[in-house]
Amino acid sequence: MVHRYFPHTKDDIDAMLKHCGMESLDDLYSDIPSQLKLKRDYDIKPQLSEKEVRDFFEELALRNQPLTCFAGAGFYDHYAPAVVDSILSRSEFLTAYTPYQPEISQGTLQYIFEYQSMMSELTGLEVSNASMYDGTTAVAEAMMMAVAHSRKKNRILVSATVNPIYKDVIDTYAHYHGIAVDVIPESEGVTDLEAMRDMLSSNDVAGVILATPNYYGILEDYTGVAETVHAAKALLIMTAPASTLGVIKTPGQWGADIAAGEAQSLGMPLNFGGPYLGYMCCTKALIRKLPGRIVGVTKDADGQRVFVLTLQAREQHIRRDKATSNICSNQGLMALYASVYLSLLGTEGLKEVNAISASGAHYLASRLEESGAFELKYPDKPFLNEFVLKFKGEVKLSDFIEVCTSCGCLPGVMIGDDELLVCVTENRTREEIDRYVWRAETFAKAISPFDNKTQTEIPQP
Amino acid sequence: MNKKYYGKLIFELSRPGRRGYSLPQNNYDDVLHILPNNLLRDEAPKLPEVDEPTVVRHYTNMSTNNFGVDTGFYPLGSCTMKYNPKINEEMASLPAFKALHPFQPSATVQGALEAYYTLQSLLSEIGGMAEFTLNPYAGAHGELTGLMVIRAYHESRGDIKRDKVIIPDSAHGTNPASAAVAGLKVVEVKSLADGTVDVEALKALLDDTVAAVMMTNPNTVGIFESNIPKIAELVHGSGALLYYDGANLNPLLGVARPGDMGFDVMHINLHKTFSTPHGGGGPGAGPVGVRAGLEKFLPNPRVVKHTVEEENIFGLDFGTEKSPLSLGRISAWLGNFAVELRALSYILSLGCDGLKMAGPLATLNANYIKESLRDLYELPIDRVCKHEFVFDGLADKSTGITTLNVAKRLLDYGFHAPTIYFPLLFHESLMIEPTETESKETLDEFISVMRKIAYEAKESPEILKNAPLETPIRKPDDTSAALNPVVTYSGMPSSC
Repeated sequence: MVHRYFPHTKDDIDAMLKHCGMESLDDLYSDIPSQLKLKRDYDIKPQLSEKEVRDFFEELALRNQPLTCFAGAGFYDHYAPAVVDSILSRSEFLTAYTPYQPEISQGTLQYIFEYQSMMSELTGLEVSNASMYDGTTAVAEAMMMAVAHSRKKNRILVSATVNPIYKDVIDTYAHYHGIAVDVIPESEGVTDLEAMRDMLSSNDVAGVILATPNYYGILEDYTGVAETVHAAKALLIMTAPASTLGVIKTPGQWGADIAAGEAQSLGMPLNFGGPYLGYMCCTKALIRKLPGRIVGVTKDADGQRVFVLTLQAREQHIRRDKATSNICSNQGLMALYASVYLSLLGTEGLKEVNAISASGAHYLASRLEESGAFELKYPDKPFLNEFVLKFKGEVKLSDFIEVCTSCGCLPGVMIGDDELLVCVTENRTREEIDRYVWRAETFAKAISPFDNKTQTEIPQP
Repeated sequence: MNKKYYGKLIFELSRPGRRGYSLPQNNYDDVLHILPNNLLRDEAPKLPEVDEPTVVRHYTNMSTNNFGVDTGFYPLGSCTMKYNPKINEEMASLPAFKALHPFQPSATVQGALEAYYTLQSLLSEIGGMAEFTLNPYAGAHGELTGLMVIRAYHESRGDIKRDKVIIPDSAHGTNPASAAVAGLKVVEVKSLADGTVDVEALKALLDDTVAAVMMTNPNTVGIFESNIPKIAELVHGSGALLYYDGANLNPLLGVARPGDMGFDVMHINLHKTFSTPHGGGGPGAGPVGVRAGLEKFLPNPRVVKHTVEEENIFGLDFGTEKSPLSLGRISAWLGNFAVELRALSYILSLGCDGLKMAGPLATLNANYIKESLRDLYELPIDRVCKHEFVFDGLADKSTGITTLNVAKRLLDYGFHAPTIYFPLLFHESLMIEPTETESKETLDEFISVMRKIAYEAKESPEILKNAPLETPIRKPDDTSAALNPVVTYSGMPSSC
């Protein structure tokens, strides 16, 4: 059999077998007991040509319907400049392994160092690791880091305003790692700080996990919280979508010890859930407890400034059974994504992304309120580009969503029977927003916008 | 690879007033200034200010100081650095997959769910398992998930005293680390002189406190554990489950299946056996498969298939009703979906006929190198190997040349180094895995360089001790990096 991925000719195989003192490829497996061998082909089709593979995927793709996205809930449709994919497709980056040999891996090591520097700027904390799988696992790792740091305590508090998916993953890790997780209740969409103080009074808490902007998009006011948490000898862990860190008060400024979360909002494609990028930063005092890889600066034998993986004694391949993290890789290529994106956007660009997104969101929120179909659930709370609406229509919210979906629009994420979490990014045009409003208005008047009208027939404001 | 070191940082190219982006006009009233001041930054982050051409040239120059599979031979043991087909990249980037939000209604993502379901079915057939979850993000994440499945299984039977995992001393470092994170105690079982598990020693360790035995087969020295049926019988007899670390699955493609060997739970590294690119450390994917009866413990969400009037409809099961025994959620959604698409593209491209050649050719390549170098390098385990094998340094120990010296010298000759000082069974481990996508010519070239290095060790050891000499940078000072860690640009002293 000849396949384009295998260079071996029949002559090659014969010569190599002969060199090994063997007659057939089967001889290479003489040590496997016969009863363990698969005596048939896999129940899988024979090889497809490249054209057929392409046809297969294009046919599958036809059964997906990309939607104009007003959904966020942790995963955001921001714009990615063309440069990013072009750089990521360079095979010197794409097909490299973890940079174990620094002499031939300066490309990878250098972009990770840049990534660490940028994340440290965004979070306002001194140290960053080389990245983690995603936001959910990064926060779970931060939880285990806090427990390991405290040595004796194994209780963690998580605010009810943290993304529920994060809470699910935290619960799973906690259950198996022997950590008790208690939820700090919410009040009016924000963390109940009085309740948090009471829960901390037992002095058995290793860490507190808070979010801002939180799951509902609300910017929470954590004035004085770090002092309270630190007085109880616990670590403060904060999470935020990375993009918002360009404008909001940083975890470092709030006094957090660890910042961990999702960096997908730095222009990464939604990709139906991944790959994304977890970030994790901490104070310098905690650097030796930080899981994952870290790149540092040093000099080579010629005195040049160079980059290496450092503090590796912390890692699983040395500590083995004493490990408090089993993270072995990082999310290398996605860290490159973040570096290139942030290099292009810079401080001003990131601010503009947030300004356009937030302004569009506030415009949509007020127009939807005017439409009569919705009201803001937390009208007094400050938000950036995401907010919760209560549906006032006589029909079900799920019907509204269905109609929008059939018109090619994902109007948000349902987070309760009549509650919709809505997000706007700079990718949404004013026309798309106005069309959304028009649908809501039409729905409020109980006129179906779904009577076979095409998009072009929808009246433009 | 460019031997001239680039070495600049993007921050050093920054000039106030340059910009590398373009965004739509803000068509609305700006709201940032109406938000409460105390919730916003009072100081802007110090990100670089750079124009687009400078960014492109910067990262392009940087990339030329990197070695990848497309650059040259990467004989990195246990890492399966095979060719990463280009069609996979293109299929994973189709806009109708790339633009999907995870929370879209199932009806609008049928193609994506079918891709997931198809890949999990193909992996089940290849692994000899009943069902796979593709949700774990990496190999180590798969190990952790698999151990959670095992704990959920024991918990469901009320068997809560099983808090140990037995792991061979030759295991990958992530095995004990994953066990620790899963809340299990690690007990090491010794290997015999031939690198395989000491069955008698294992037998003595098995009791009703053991939750699982983790093994990789072939093991990390590339030897097939022929006693696996006996081991499986002992493990199951004690009430424990047998876990398969799929890092070394490649040589078994088309030949044997972990499920048929008696393994109950396994993970697969899609970035090894199924050719998805390593990306300088990630993103990978670590799907976990289970034998029949354990499906209900798999993490949520699960992709399920219903057939309605001969039409397949795919949906998501969040486990609240159908599988309350699920271990819970271990990832945001359905794992690294775009990585899964690449693996699916690879499996379809190979088909059953291609897959069954991949394992034997990978094994042939490894044995060919082993047999070609055994006179000059010490071969501690002299048996037919599978996809990889281990030398214990140079055969001639009188030169004082170490495995590290050999590895660094290989860089000068344009090869990536093998895995070194692992497994821990030998002092001078040099672990070589060529994969099936390397030609005889490439292997011959590598062999001749390895032989040349063995002669250099005698004739001119100083060259080896100073290697590498021709790479973009020379040997870095790791000690000072760790002593006084500088991990960000703003933390960098001006002397750097």
